[in-house]
Amino acid sequence: MVAVVAGPATPGVPAGVLGSPWLSFAVRRLGRFVVSLWVVVTAAFVMIHLMPGDPVRSALGMTAPVETVNARRQALGLDDGLLTQYWHYLRSLCGGDFGSSVLSNLPVSQQIGDRLPATAQLALAAFVVAMVVAVPVGAVMAVLTRGGRRRGGELAFTSASVLLAAIPEFLLSVGLVYVFSVHLGWFPVAGRGGLISYVLPVLALAVGPAAVLARIVRVEMLAVLGNDFIRTARAKRLPARQVYARHALPNALTATLTMAGLVLTGLVAGTVLVENVFAWPGLGSTIVQSIQQKDYPVVQGIVLVYGIGVLTVNLLVDVLLAVLDPRSTIREA
Amino acid sequence: MQNATNGRTGRNGRAKVLAVLRTPVGGCSVALLALVIALALFAPALWGDQASAVDVDAIQQGPTAAHLLGTDSLGRDVLARVLVATRLSIELAVTATLIGVAAGTVLGSAPSVLPRWAGRIVTSAVNIAVAFPGLLLALFFAMIFGIGAEGAVLAIGLAMAPAFARLTQTLSAAVAGQDFVAAARVAGAGRVRLLVRHVLPNIGEPLVVNATISAGMALLAFAGLSFLGIGVQAPAYDWGRLLGEGLNQIYVNPTAALAPGVAVMVAGLAFNLFGETVAGVVGARASRPSQLKDSATAAAAAPAAGGGGDRPVLLVDDLRIAFPGPAGRPVTPVRGVSFTVGAGESVGVVGESGSGKSLTALGVSRLIEAPGTVTAARLEFLGTPLLRAPEPEVRGLLGTSLALVFQDPMASFNPTQRIGRQLAEVSEQHQGLSRGRALDRAVERLREVRVPAAERRARQYPHEFSGGMRQRAMIAMGLMGEPRLVIADEPTTALDVTVQRQVLRLLAQVRESGDGSGSAPAALLLISHDITVVAQSCRRVLVMYAGRIVEDLPTADLHTAARHPYTRALLAAVPALDTDRDAPLAVIPGRPPEPGEVTAGCAFASRCSLADERCRADEPDPVNVGAEHRVACWHPQDSTPRSRTSSVDTTTAGGGA
Repeated sequence: MVAVVAGPATPGVPAGVLGSPWLSFAVRRLGRFVVSLWVVVTAAFVMIHLMPGDPVRSALGMTAPVETVNARRQALGLDDGLLTQYWHYLRSLCGGDFGSSVLSNLPVSQQIGDRLPATAQLALAAFVVAMVVAVPVGAVMAVLTRGGRRRGGELAFTSASVLLAAIPEFLLSVGLVYVFSVHLGWFPVAGRGGLISYVLPVLALAVGPAAVLARIVRVEMLAVLGNDFIRTARAKRLPARQVYARHALPNALTATLTMAGLVLTGLVAGTVLVENVFAWPGLGSTIVQSIQQKDYPVVQGIVLVYGIGVLTVNLLVDVLLAVLDPRSTIREA
Repeated sequence: MQNATNGRTGRNGRAKVLAVLRTPVGGCSVALLALVIALALFAPALWGDQASAVDVDAIQQGPTAAHLLGTDSLGRDVLARVLVATRLSIELAVTATLIGVAAGTVLGSAPSVLPRWAGRIVTSAVNIAVAFPGLLLALFFAMIFGIGAEGAVLAIGLAMAPAFARLTQTLSAAVAGQDFVAAARVAGAGRVRLLVRHVLPNIGEPLVVNATISAGMALLAFAGLSFLGIGVQAPAYDWGRLLGEGLNQIYVNPTAALAPGVAVMVAGLAFNLFGETVAGVVGARASRPSQLKDSATAAAAAPAAGGGGDRPVLLVDDLRIAFPGPAGRPVTPVRGVSFTVGAGESVGVVGESGSGKSLTALGVSRLIEAPGTVTAARLEFLGTPLLRAPEPEVRGLLGTSLALVFQDPMASFNPTQRIGRQLAEVSEQHQGLSRGRALDRAVERLREVRVPAAERRARQYPHEFSGGMRQRAMIAMGLMGEPRLVIADEPTTALDVTVQRQVLRLLAQVRESGDGSGSAPAALLLISHDITVVAQSCRRVLVMYAGRIVEDLPTADLHTAARHPYTRALLAAVPALDTDRDAPLAVIPGRPPEPGEVTAGCAFASRCSLADERCRADEPDPVNVGAEHRVACWHPQDSTPRSRTSSVDTTTAGGGA
């Protein structure tokens, strides 16, 4: 499974030539990151050229005068050759310039800067909540149901987590809004204000991932509990709590980490829908609005931000895995 | 898609469908799916007019008798609209799934047909794309294809493609490794033919199952896009669009938002559950045996002979270990084992695998976990009864005085902790040492078991140790306390012969000198399938067969006075230096009974040439035949030395045995 992920960056770096396994790991992993980043940037660039018709015309509408369209086309550099455009695009990206909106002419980077914190806060808060709930619940369930104990509890846990994980976040959002805002009136229906406005969106985002993660933690924990070294820890007559917390859980978590990365990237996607339910002023509501208005530079910019976010999360997960599991660098080498 | 094996798979398929229907979840999901499909087919014809009938007198009403779920902003009936929307929602989801599966299969199988470099590019692209959540990919494609149902179908379909490509790759890699593909390749089949005729048909089933699950996800994704206003556009409507419209009036009529939400959930679940159940049946996940607690209690047998003289380190009387069995009957792999280990004594336990010797070791050290149950008339360690004492009471005693050495030293160390840490933990827990002091002691102990550069080694991880070194470290871990008994369960089995000897010598030294600080010597209980290992290291040997001790005698008498036919057969099966190397190796015919199939009579009877009616009817109990010699046999052999030419039915087998 690990080997499959190796990107085309690997052949350039012969393993072993670089003395330290850490260095070669860093070079290989960063190489993969850069190649993926290049793919994302190129995809964002190609996106507008794959769109049928004139993107500026469709953004400004049929009624816009020809001169305006042409002027805007020229300003955006759309009349240059494709390679020239690509070169300009790459160069301005390096300078932090994401272009400017077709409609408002505002720099995209400014729009992203305004909206990114709201989205990032939402996603991170939901991730933290999901982890804080899932790890203890999954671990405790594993201990309680190990070796075929408490079949009833196992069944209840599995069905509940499958069900919760199956509810898509936007439906859950609507349900939560109905129960807690409309019916009980505890929380605001929409908008980003004080802490209280975070409760429902974070909950809507966190429930599914928490259920998925709790199941995974339980399965991983059960697998670890079956290992010989758990018997050794018991043979050392450590208190049960210590056997689970010190010997079982850390080993289960390294395996859970990969999944946690997927969950976090999935959360980023989930924010798009949840932001739209709660009218949250983040990237998600902006990208949807821009897609509807065909304001392609904004979409391009936000796609890039999401893409970089996903790649960064994956990079972080791999680095964390390497740090936490002493065997991983050796295995990769 | 299916070729040569059509008839068989047809029957198989029917059996599988029946199996799906019989599970409660499967039955439910099939019923739900049928309902959803029926609605998709007939709802537009039945309620189409009602769904589009504008009623300006009943705008945004809550539920009434005329409109069970209320009305929308144009006074149209919400219930009718939700039902009618089934067709478009399902159509779009299924179309998107078909696009996704088709594109994914092409992408996934392309690398096996394309030139190498092109294949690599496709694989890398798929690997990068798979890392992105489907919704982000869908938004990306939606921008390209434009707003509307067609664009959204393409977007969701293509967003699903990378995951299917990955699945196709994984599945075809598994199939491509199989013999019949290799045979076809040898027969000269081209790569395309290989893929189309041999690989794809064989991964069809899992692909279809996954496509069903994905259809449910496509349904949800489509609802998401329509909800965002990117999918279906007015005047057409699917569930997502209804949901989006309903959300605007959630204060006035919440059901207008909730009803399409529930519809999406139910339909999504129907596809999902159906797919999962089919996957479960196809994968033939075995249901696990039901659990039943062992009700057997310890027989109030009188203490068996053995514990004379000094107070023994370990006293075991009528030890029984049971596990819940498949048919609700408990299985008892250890059936009444009694022995003692005196202070500083070395006792070996031999027997074939499955004889219960390892379980005995785990049982006496209180390491059998539920649902396994351990019972015994008496089980005492250093005079303390172990069975009835609660864990915290005996924790300190066992933690410092009982050391365990396991078979696989690699698996027995925690792979994510440094060796020193794992040793030090014992002293921190039981001797109240600080972290630093405990680590010092660990280094000291590692040095004692002659681990070179102990200080550096203590900071290393288990995988950085060699096998023999790890086993030394395991012994050092036992020496962190002040062990009075070392239980070593096949300590040398995973090691090569020279390392084996070093480890055995180390165990012998530990036994003679205790922890090396001049305290009382430790006794050794050495468990091995290898009778020569036991003969070298132990003063006494217990021979186990099918969960019982069949003979207990001093090692010195093994070759001259062994009386049980099984012991003799074991000895005869050991090749010696003077064994004729051209002759086939001696083996004991047959195999030991499984714990579940032990019947009345002597368990060895079916493999014993001396067995008669009595052997098959009654199980012999161990009886004393000498001062330190017990044997459980109706026909104990006489004591004449017959080490090599056994009287038992020791047949020969091929040299490779």
